[in-house]
Amino acid sequence: MNALPPPCPERELLLHGLADGELDAANALAIEGHLRSCEGCAKLYAEILRHKKIVNDPALRFHATPRLRANILSAMAEVETSVAAPQTGQIIPLIEPRRWSMAAAAFSALALAASLILFVSSPVGTPAIDGELAAAHVRSLLAAHLTDVTSTDRHTVKPWFLGKLGYAPPVIDLKPDDYPLIGGRLDYIDGQPVAAIVYKRRGHIINLFVRPIGHVKSTSETINGYQILSWTRGGFDYSAVSDLDMPGLRQFQHDLDSALP
Amino acid sequence: MDKEQQARRAWLNSSSRQTGASAASQGERSVVFEAAVLVHLDAAYTLARYLTRRGDAAEDIVQEALLRAYRGFESQSVTNARAWLMAIVRNCFLTWKERSGQNSEMIGFDDVLQYSEVLQNDSETPETILIGRQAARRMRTLIEALPEPFREVLVLRDIEDLSYREIAEIADIPIGTVMSRLARARRMFATAWKGSEFEVPEGKLP
Repeated sequence: MNALPPPCPERELLLHGLADGELDAANALAIEGHLRSCEGCAKLYAEILRHKKIVNDPALRFHATPRLRANILSAMAEVETSVAAPQTGQIIPLIEPRRWSMAAAAFSALALAASLILFVSSPVGTPAIDGELAAAHVRSLLAAHLTDVTSTDRHTVKPWFLGKLGYAPPVIDLKPDDYPLIGGRLDYIDGQPVAAIVYKRRGHIINLFVRPIGHVKSTSETINGYQILSWTRGGFDYSAVSDLDMPGLRQFQHDLDSALP
Repeated sequence: MDKEQQARRAWLNSSSRQTGASAASQGERSVVFEAAVLVHLDAAYTLARYLTRRGDAAEDIVQEALLRAYRGFESQSVTNARAWLMAIVRNCFLTWKERSGQNSEMIGFDDVLQYSEVLQNDSETPETILIGRQAARRMRTLIEALPEPFREVLVLRDIEDLSYREIAEIADIPIGTVMSRLARARRMFATAWKGSEFEVPEGKLP
């Protein structure tokens, strides 16, 4: 019998945290170092990664029927007509948004305590630009102005940009199953027109802003629940903005970087 | 916090200028809601499905949750619409459970095999083909058989990709509890999966 040693019980949660991209750099490094010397933990880690891959399959999600969506939309319209009456009734939502923000504020104290272990966004060099990026992302969702050119074909999107900007950003067909291309849009950041390429990841919209090099440092930042990841590669500055969580956005960056020429 | 809210208000103002001030505020509100909240309908439905294990109840809960969200929706103060919606879905589920007197834990973890019969006629999505219908149905069943507190974190983390922090807010538990429940949920799932017929993964979780 050549039995493997069992994984270290005190490291189990850290292994899950590492697999989920939730550890800060110091803890991630420490546990990665440990994995090289502990067969039991390495095996458990591999199991966790495999589990995540299996359970993350889209087939395990459910889809709302068009009927349910239609019911919700018509119920929303009814709310509007009843609210339109001069004396609006007392409407008490189950969780008021304001309470939710308060809960989030109270929670940040907890998060602070947990940040000894968990991943914490690093401070950013250019907060104003990050704010603009987040604002542009929000506008693209709110103003029914997600794309100027709607196409899943990069050969349509790229030339369209060339005609509008002084440059043609790389438009990558990125694993169409994982990140379908939605289209492209012209946006304004830092007073300059920039290319915004729109991808989707499950329910999340990812706005990828691409500018000629010279604007961003490599940063990650969270503003009002939107994650912003900026980096430079091959003569362009990239900023990905989404409500996708940071590990998900880093995976997007990784997949994009691997696909870029 | 105040600063953030001001910034958010500023974006929304600038966005309404861009969409044209002629848009009626009501119409605009519903458009904003659709873009910010209703886009997460499938995520809400998936959570409700796994919590209730019933399609009809899940639809009722999701409809109720979206309506409550819409009534309480103030775009300025919702900072993470998806997590917010998920928290409302979870609350609606708890209300439903109480009202229907449903003891959702009546189906024990040991009854996985019998329970899988129930799902035989479940609807299929085109995506099911990816991992094979049998396997997908089987896995859904295994997840549904997990005790509620563990099922909840597994669905939120592994299927819906929410962060530990978001899950802690939604389920109203400390992050440390999210982590320990998630580890245990994955262990339970792995054990059950190993015991299920269709595939035996090599190795095992302790």
